[in-house]
Amino acid sequence: MTMLPEPSAIKLGLVIDLDICVGCQACVVNCKEWNTAGYGAPLADSDAYGEAPSGAWLNRVHAYEAGDGGDSRTVHFPKSCLHCEEAPCVTVCPTGASFKRAEDGIVLVNEDWCIGCGLCAWSCPYGARELDPAEGVMKKCTLCVDRIYNDNLPEEDRVPACVRTCPTNARHFGDLGDPNSEVSLMVAARDGIDLMPEQGTKPVNKYLPPRPRRAADEAPVSLVAMAEADTPKGFWKWVDSTLDRLG
Amino acid sequence: MRPAWSIIFFTTISGLGLGLAGWIVIGLLPLMTPASVMGVGIATLALIGVGLISSTFHLGHPERAWRALSQWRSSWLSREGVLAVIVMAGLAGWFAVAYRGGYVPFWANLVLLGLIYVTVYATSMIYASLKTVARWHHPLTPVCYLMFAAAGGLLAVLAVLAILRLPITAALAQAAIVLMLSAWGVKLAWWRVAGMAPQAGSIESATGLGALGAVRPLMPPHTEENYLQHEMGFVVARKHADKLRMIALLLGGAIPVLILVLAPASAGALAVAVLAHVAGMFVERWLFFAEAKHVVTLYYGETA
Ligand code: SF4
Ligand code: SF4
Ligand code: SF4
Repeated sequence: MTMLPEPSAIKLGLVIDLDICVGCQACVVNCKEWNTAGYGAPLADSDAYGEAPSGAWLNRVHAYEAGDGGDSRTVHFPKSCLHCEEAPCVTVCPTGASFKRAEDGIVLVNEDWCIGCGLCAWSCPYGARELDPAEGVMKKCTLCVDRIYNDNLPEEDRVPACVRTCPTNARHFGDLGDPNSEVSLMVAARDGIDLMPEQGTKPVNKYLPPRPRRAADEAPVSLVAMAEADTPKGFWKWVDSTLDRLG
Repeated sequence: MRPAWSIIFFTTISGLGLGLAGWIVIGLLPLMTPASVMGVGIATLALIGVGLISSTFHLGHPERAWRALSQWRSSWLSREGVLAVIVMAGLAGWFAVAYRGGYVPFWANLVLLGLIYVTVYATSMIYASLKTVARWHHPLTPVCYLMFAAAGGLLAVLAVLAILRLPITAALAQAAIVLMLSAWGVKLAWWRVAGMAPQAGSIESATGLGALGAVRPLMPPHTEENYLQHEMGFVVARKHADKLRMIALLLGGAIPVLILVLAPASAGALAVAVLAHVAGMFVERWLFFAEAKHVVTLYYGETA
């Protein structure tokens, strides 16, 4: 059913910290690994060792440069489905294959119904959907629905693969519908943002912007000064004071 | 956006068939003999049907296409499918009644006419409803589709009249000229207004990094072209856009109008006019896709 459900109380999603992501691509690889063996058909590649390798991935990490001069910085930018509340990808689907779960807001594709028309990918502003080159069905982030509720996994593994694998803890998983959840508090503390708010999709996933540099208006600290102790000790103190006296 | 041939063929050919059917059900084409009813009926339904079938060719799973009829409550693509099936069935009934020399009540003709144009509207809304493609998301987009269906349909009516050796009144020929000129007038307006529309948003709003200053892509997330760039980052047309627009206008508008002015009763000339119009519409639809920019390209450094 591609009508959107009433907004659920529980809104599961990710919070991605742009301040600390180092662009290592570990989440990209672990997402591919988990999802090629998990929910639905394998995540295929085409011409993987040939001239023009391509393939379906559910999570990709861009890198941008923001700002100019001394305060410019490199920002690594992971992007996967934002599990939007007003998900246009769901309502455009003609078959009912795309749906948003009423209980927790996860947006999924029923691969047995999908005709591979691609319209949902056209409707997503974030480029979060890719057609599987082998199966001809639409692929997208499942929020690792087959991990987070999976009793067969040890408790600490019941989080999305990308979150579990991130070596810097830049990805966090939780209930953004609960204002007191860890992720919601994080968003409140760091002024988390929506991507492309003008599209009106109301993403559940939030991004934490890079922290402002401490005292951005001051000149950078001099490393030379830091390395040289300002008051010499012992023998050098004697040399210093003797030379001073010599005038 | 990457132009898919099957979709270009579908919107052009089905659009022409629906336009033709619209004029037929309101009696503009007096079909006197059962043979002419049969011939015109098959031709009209074939145009609509072949277009519809071709639209399933680009699907990953064409065998499941019937499922697309289920989500009419939210999806324009689904609505289009449902309406097309209803219209095809209605038209088949209409031609069957006409074949037996029966009488279709006036209200039924009007309902069928309405359904035909709502179908064309639904086709256009598949594209016009997408907020992610600013150039499509414009009120003039459906107007273009509706006008071209009406103008192309009337041109086809004249060609059929001439082929059946039925008289073509001067008023009908003039109406066809006016309709064709207005359709292209709307399209020219669309090219100026909608076709130039900038993307909503920017790389700054896409990344949320605007507070830090200007944002530039530094490294792409993958080394080769991916599905998104393949589908939505199509740029070939923009280089030749002006020339292609002229070709579309010439073939799709100027030649048919010239023929309508010079030889409005010649079956051969009118057939050429219809073919030229269809060829022009192919180019117009190809440009419709090829010139459209998707907002996701902002993540890849596209600027406007
Ligand atoms: S990010 Fe794209 S695919 Fe995911 S819910 Fe939003 S619109 Fe749909
Ligand atoms: S590709 Fe599949 S999921 Fe997407 S709109 Fe088409 S049928 Fe629905
Ligand atoms: S939640 Fe799962 S499917 Fe989604 S990006 Fe992370 S690893 Fe991939």
